[in-house]
Amino acid sequence: MAQIIVVTSGKGGVGKTTSSAAIATGLALKGHKTVVVDFDIGLRNLDLIMGCERRVVYDFVNVINGEANLNQALIKDKRTSNLFVLPASQTRDKDALTKEGVGRVLEELKQEFEYIVCDSPAGIETGAMMALYYADTAIVTTNPEVSSVRDSDRILGMLQSKSKRAEEGLEPVKELLLLTRYSPTRVATGEMLSVADVEEILAIPLLGVIPESQAVLKASNSGVPVIIDQESDAGKAYSDAVARLTGESIEMRFVTEEKKGFLKRIFGS
Amino acid sequence: MQKPSLELKGSSFTLSVLHINDADLDGVARELDDKLAIAPQFFLGAPLVINLSAISNPDYNLAGLKDLLISRQLVIVGITGAPSAIANQAKALGLALIKSGKQSQTQPQLPKTTKIVKQNIRSGQQIYAKNGDLIIIGAVGNGAEVIADGSIHIYGSLRGKAMAGASGDKNAVIIAQNIDAELVSVAGQYWLTENLQAHASIKSGCIRLDGDSLTVEALSL
Repeated sequence: MAQIIVVTSGKGGVGKTTSSAAIATGLALKGHKTVVVDFDIGLRNLDLIMGCERRVVYDFVNVINGEANLNQALIKDKRTSNLFVLPASQTRDKDALTKEGVGRVLEELKQEFEYIVCDSPAGIETGAMMALYYADTAIVTTNPEVSSVRDSDRILGMLQSKSKRAEEGLEPVKELLLLTRYSPTRVATGEMLSVADVEEILAIPLLGVIPESQAVLKASNSGVPVIIDQESDAGKAYSDAVARLTGESIEMRFVTEEKKGFLKRIFGS
Repeated sequence: MQKPSLELKGSSFTLSVLHINDADLDGVARELDDKLAIAPQFFLGAPLVINLSAISNPDYNLAGLKDLLISRQLVIVGITGAPSAIANQAKALGLALIKSGKQSQTQPQLPKTTKIVKQNIRSGQQIYAKNGDLIIIGAVGNGAEVIADGSIHIYGSLRGKAMAGASGDKNAVIIAQNIDAELVSVAGQYWLTENLQAHASIKSGCIRLDGDSLTVEALSL
């Protein structure tokens, strides 16, 4: 049974697109046939992060409007087999998404894919609502700071009231917390909320903690999902999160301050 | 649209009530004439309701009383407080049976209904328990609002706003396992975070009205 996963947050700039790209790639690397759908109509970014921006011909809105069929719009990833991208339209706006249209496209994708990862736009307007409406699982991406936590709380409320599962009284959307841009050093100095603080406020299971990492910006700019970079902390943390998503139980890494060795303390890192 | 030729509206009027304490019509006539003599203009054509609660005889001559009053230029609107036998006479004479304010039945009170919510209340959500208490088994997040006409019980953290006694019940209370609220209010009196911070030592407690001001007392939950 295909699973629809929405990567959402409420607040912008917390790492939804980076996480969507990494998680979708991670699922595909594990051998699951996966598609990642960009719901950010008008502010298309996912194709850049996935490094397929030059291959966009038809997009999500074209498929909704029947101007292209799904196979024409889907872009096969060059690095990872089993992975496809459905890009957003850059020239339209969020109103191009209709509940019926999105439902039809997702239904068609369900026939072919095991995982459908929906990259939600920021905000709580049409675009974000469309992205979460059909979700089975929601990955709530949150930065360890108060405004991001509050916006995530708001989105969790929306998932509980505005999703298809809520409206039809089915089993509620499975909510998972993905804490991104986490810096144990800054938590230790009290500048940043800790994992425990965020977990206490949001009260949903923790999928993963992604450490603040230089590798993320580098990966984004070069169009390679950061999960491919298995040398980096962020890449490893995303791999762990994907493993947990598919049911494995793995201990959290990168949540405590790294103990610096004697030499490292003297010569710096 | 054509204006309707009639409308039915409710209004209340103040009417004089004539209490008849004696069944003897001659005595009533005599005393009435004395009263009318004092201020004849005041009573001319005055609408009256007759209170017959002191009359126990079911064969009371209501028709005679009516004629007596009409002959004095008084207008009888109806009777009140009469036993059923006299009430039947009144119907036959075309007089209305009027219930006084005290007698008229009050609207039955709506039953109190308690609302129980077994989940976290997220930012932006609003829960209102009309005509009753609200029980939350879970936390109330920042930016969430819980409102009740009765009391509010929160088995979790209260980080948002809680408003008890929303329709004015001054006996309503707010009980929370962990008070860290943006705003608490009981029957319109409210406290913001800064007021609560003066009582920061109290984690779980009960917020209620003491006279006209709020007070918080510790509870071990």
